[in-house]
Amino acid sequence: MAEAPQIPDEAETRARWGGFAWTTENAVKAKEIIGRYPAGRQASASLPLLDLAQRQVGAETKTQGWLPVPVIEFVARELDMPYMRVFEVVTFYTMFNLVPVGRYHVQVCGTTPCMLRGSDDVLAACKNHGLAKGKTTPDGLFTLTEVECLGACTNAPMVQINDDNYEDLDYDSMTAILEALARGETPKPGPQIDRQTSAPEGGPTTLKEMVSENHDYRGEWA
Amino acid sequence: MPKVKVDGVEIEVPAGATVLQACELAGKEIPRFCYHERLSIAGNCRMCLVEVKPGPPKPQASCALPAADNQEIFTTTPMVKHAREGMMEFLLINHPLDCPICDQGGECDLQDQSIAYGRGQSRFQENKRAVTEKYMGPIVKTVMTRCIQCTRCVRFAEEVAGVEEIGAIGRGEDMQITSYLEHAVTSELSGNVVDLCPVGALTSKPYAFEARPWELKKTLTIDVMDAVGTNIRLDSRGRQVLRCLPRINEDVNEEWATDKTRHAVDGLVRRRLDKPYVRRDGKLVPATWEEAFAAIAAVNAGSSVAAVAGDLVDCETMYAAKALVTAMGGSLLEGRQTGMDYDTSSLAAVNFNTTIAGTEEADAILLVGTNLRWEAPLVNTRIRKAIKKGAKVFAIGPEVDLTYRVEWLGNDLSVLGKLPKNVADAFKGAERPIMIVGGAALRSAHGAALKLAKSLKLVRDGWNGFNVVHFSAARMGGLMLGYAQKGGIADVVAGKPKLVFFLGADEVDFSKFDKSFKVYVGHHGDHGAHHADVILPGASYAEKSGTWVNLEGRVQRGERAVFPPGDAREDWTIFRALSEKLGQTLPFDTIEELRADMGRDVPALAKEGLASFEWNPPALSDTAVGTIDAYPIKDFYLTNAICRASPTMQLCSAELLHGDELAEAAE
Ligand code: SF4
Ligand code: FES
Ligand code: FES
Repeated sequence: MAEAPQIPDEAETRARWGGFAWTTENAVKAKEIIGRYPAGRQASASLPLLDLAQRQVGAETKTQGWLPVPVIEFVARELDMPYMRVFEVVTFYTMFNLVPVGRYHVQVCGTTPCMLRGSDDVLAACKNHGLAKGKTTPDGLFTLTEVECLGACTNAPMVQINDDNYEDLDYDSMTAILEALARGETPKPGPQIDRQTSAPEGGPTTLKEMVSENHDYRGEWA
Repeated sequence: MPKVKVDGVEIEVPAGATVLQACELAGKEIPRFCYHERLSIAGNCRMCLVEVKPGPPKPQASCALPAADNQEIFTTTPMVKHAREGMMEFLLINHPLDCPICDQGGECDLQDQSIAYGRGQSRFQENKRAVTEKYMGPIVKTVMTRCIQCTRCVRFAEEVAGVEEIGAIGRGEDMQITSYLEHAVTSELSGNVVDLCPVGALTSKPYAFEARPWELKKTLTIDVMDAVGTNIRLDSRGRQVLRCLPRINEDVNEEWATDKTRHAVDGLVRRRLDKPYVRRDGKLVPATWEEAFAAIAAVNAGSSVAAVAGDLVDCETMYAAKALVTAMGGSLLEGRQTGMDYDTSSLAAVNFNTTIAGTEEADAILLVGTNLRWEAPLVNTRIRKAIKKGAKVFAIGPEVDLTYRVEWLGNDLSVLGKLPKNVADAFKGAERPIMIVGGAALRSAHGAALKLAKSLKLVRDGWNGFNVVHFSAARMGGLMLGYAQKGGIADVVAGKPKLVFFLGADEVDFSKFDKSFKVYVGHHGDHGAHHADVILPGASYAEKSGTWVNLEGRVQRGERAVFPPGDAREDWTIFRALSEKLGQTLPFDTIEELRADMGRDVPALAKEGLASFEWNPPALSDTAVGTIDAYPIKDFYLTNAICRASPTMQLCSAELLHGDELAEAAE
C-alpha cells in the first residue's frame, strides 16, 4: 500500500479549503443534479456532485482539481450524508483525486491490450519528458498516473488527458502531444494515426461502396 | 410457509427465511463470516456456499438467498465442500499467520473454520498484502492486515450504534476498513465490534495480551453500570476479573453491551477498600473489624438510624441493611441519593412498563427529559429499531445527539399540557404509542406526564406505553424494598439520624449529614469513603451473588466471579455480623435464608423474571412548569465509583467527551 494516496496534511487543507462553497453557477447546477433524484434518495447525487466539486477546485487552482477532505465534507453536508459514506465513494472511484494533480492529468493505460500494443513506449515518452508515475512535474503541468483499461482497447495504446482520449499512440506521437500541451496548444484528441475513431486504419476495408453513397449490394449477392 | 428439503430432510421454514436459516433449522451448520443475525445481509464473504436446486449449477451464497417452496438444498456435496475450501483458501491468501500473537486466538471464527475447510498449506506464492493499523479510539485495537472485509463492523456502526464513522475505503484488494480519517469512533457501543469481528482485526485494547480464553473462569452475572441489567459473563483468572462480555438475552440486551459495561472492570482492582477504617482525630486510620464495629456500637444510636443506598447495590445488601435499621427501630431508608422525591406509591408509575423489548414495537415515541443514549444506551438501540419499522420520535429537553432523527419540542415542560398539533396527531393515529420519562422530568413533571399518558391513552388493552427510565442498577430493587421517603433524602436529613449507613452511596451531599455518624459500606474509595467515620469494606458486583432489578422490573440474579480483596466481605454478612454487636442479631445465617426472608417481605424478589406492577397511577399535581436545563448524567463514562477508578473509562471520558477541550488546551 506504499502507493496509496495519503491525505495531505489535515490542518493545512482545512485552513485552505474549510470555507469551500459552490460558485453561483455551480450552485445552480448542484441543485439541478439533486433534483434529478427522488426526495430522500439524494445520496444518488454524490457522484455527480463530487465531480462538480472536483472541477470547481480545479478551476480555482488552475489544475485538474482534487478533493480535499473539507470539500468532501461539504458535499456530504449538501446531501445530508455521513462523512464516512461520501469518503468511501471518493476512495472507491479512481477518477476522484485525493491529492492535488497538475494542469494535465496524463492517465496512461497499461492493461494487457495496451501493453501488447506498446504502452511501454508511451510510458517511456512520458518519462523522457520528465513525468514520473504518481508525481506532478515541478512546473505543475503534468501528473502521470498509470491506470487500468479505460475501455478504448481497439485504439490501443491510449492515454486519457483530462477529459480527452489520445489513441493509437507510439513514442513519437506521445512526445508530440506532451510538447504541444507544454506549449499551451490543444492537440487533436482521438486516434493519432490515419483512422477515423475505431474504424480500420487507412480507410474502410469492407462495405467500401457505402462510403460515398447508399449502395445497394443486393444484386451482388450470388 | 415454504417447504424445503435440506440434505433430503423436508422441513417447513417461516416465510422470508433465507436458505442459511433453513439449513440451521434443519440442524446443519453453515460456516459464515459476514452473516450475522442482527445485521443486514452483505453476502460478501462467500463462505456459506451451498448447492440449491432448482437453480444454476453453481454454489450459492445461502445467507443471501431466500428459501423458496420445493427447494432442494445440499450442504455436504463434493461441490459444496470444494467451493468452501476454495473460499477459505482465498480468504487466507492475505491473512497473516500470526495466531500465536493474536488476541483472537482460541475464539476466532477463521481459526475454527479453517480447521474444517482449510488446506494444510498455502499454494500462494506472491507477497501477502499488508495494511497499516487504524486508530479507532481507546477501546478498539486494530491489526488490519488480519481483516477479511466481512464489513460486520461497518454494518454494526451504521445500523445498531447509529454512528456512521466506520467504513471501507479503497477498492478491490486495497480495500481497507477504517474509522473516518482515523479518528476515535464516538460511540458508547464501540466495544461490540470486537465481538462481531470474526477474526483478530478488531480486538479489545484494554484487554490486549492479557489472557487466553481457555485460562479464564467464566461467571454469569448482571451488569450494574446502568439500570438495563445487561446480562454479562465475567472472565476471571485468579482473583482478578479480566474482561466482561455480554450474554445473549433477547429481552434485555440482545447481545450487546456498552463500553462502560465491558471496560469498567479494570476499575475493580483499583482504589479498593480492602480493610476497615475508623476516623480518629479527623483522620481515617486502618482498623480491625472488631474496632470498627466497636466504634459503631459506641454511637449508641438507639433507634435514630438510617440507611442510604447507592446506585450499584444488590437487593440482598439493601435488605440486610433494612433489616438492621428496622430491628433497631429506625425507618429512614432512601436510595435516591441526589435528592429526587418523585412519588413511589405506585411502582408501575415509575417503571418501564412497555419493557425493553416491547419498545421495538412502538410507533410513536415521546421522550420527556431523557438523554436515552447515556441513561440506557441499550434502550436507545431498541428505539432505533422501532424507527426502522416506521416509528416517529419527539422529545422534550435540551437537544442532544441520540443517533437518530428526533423532532425536538423545546425544553419547556409546559408542552406536556398542550402538545403541538403534529405530535398530537401522530399519537392519535398510533397503535402502540409510548412515552419515556427521564430523571430530568420526573421531579416536576411526573404528574403532568401521567395525565398526558391518560389523555393519549398510552395504557390500553395489552399495551402499557408509560415508561420511566432509571439509570442506577439499584433503583427498582430499592423502591421495591422501600428505599424511598416521601420527601426523598431531605426527609432522612430532617430526621437527624445519629447513625447513617451509606451502602456504596457516593453521590450524596454529605455536608447535610455532618451531625450524623457516617458508616460507609462499600468497595471503592470514592466520595462516600472520604466523608465516612467508619468504613466497612464490602464486595463489588463481581464479588457477590446478588439480585438486581432492572428498569423494567426484571428481577435478575448474578453469581460471584472472584473474591473481594483483603479483608473485604460480602455486604450482607457485614450487616449480619454488625447486628450481633449491636444486640439486634438478624435472623439469617446464609444467603439462602436471607433470600427466603426477602421473598416473604417482597414476593416479587423471590423469583427471577419480570415483576408485575399493577397499573394504578397516583393522583399527582398535573401542571408542569419550568424547563429542563440539563440531563442528570454529566459524563457517561464516569457515573459511579467503579468507572471513576477505571483507567479505561477515564481515558474514554478524556478523549471522547473532552477531546475537543484537550486539543484546544494543547494548541
Ligand atoms: S475489521 Fe473485522 S469486522 Fe470489520 S470488516 Fe474486517 S474482519 Fe470484518
Ligand atoms: S487495455 Fe488500454 S484501454 Fe483497454
Ligand atoms: S455468510 Fe453468506 S456470504 Fe458471508
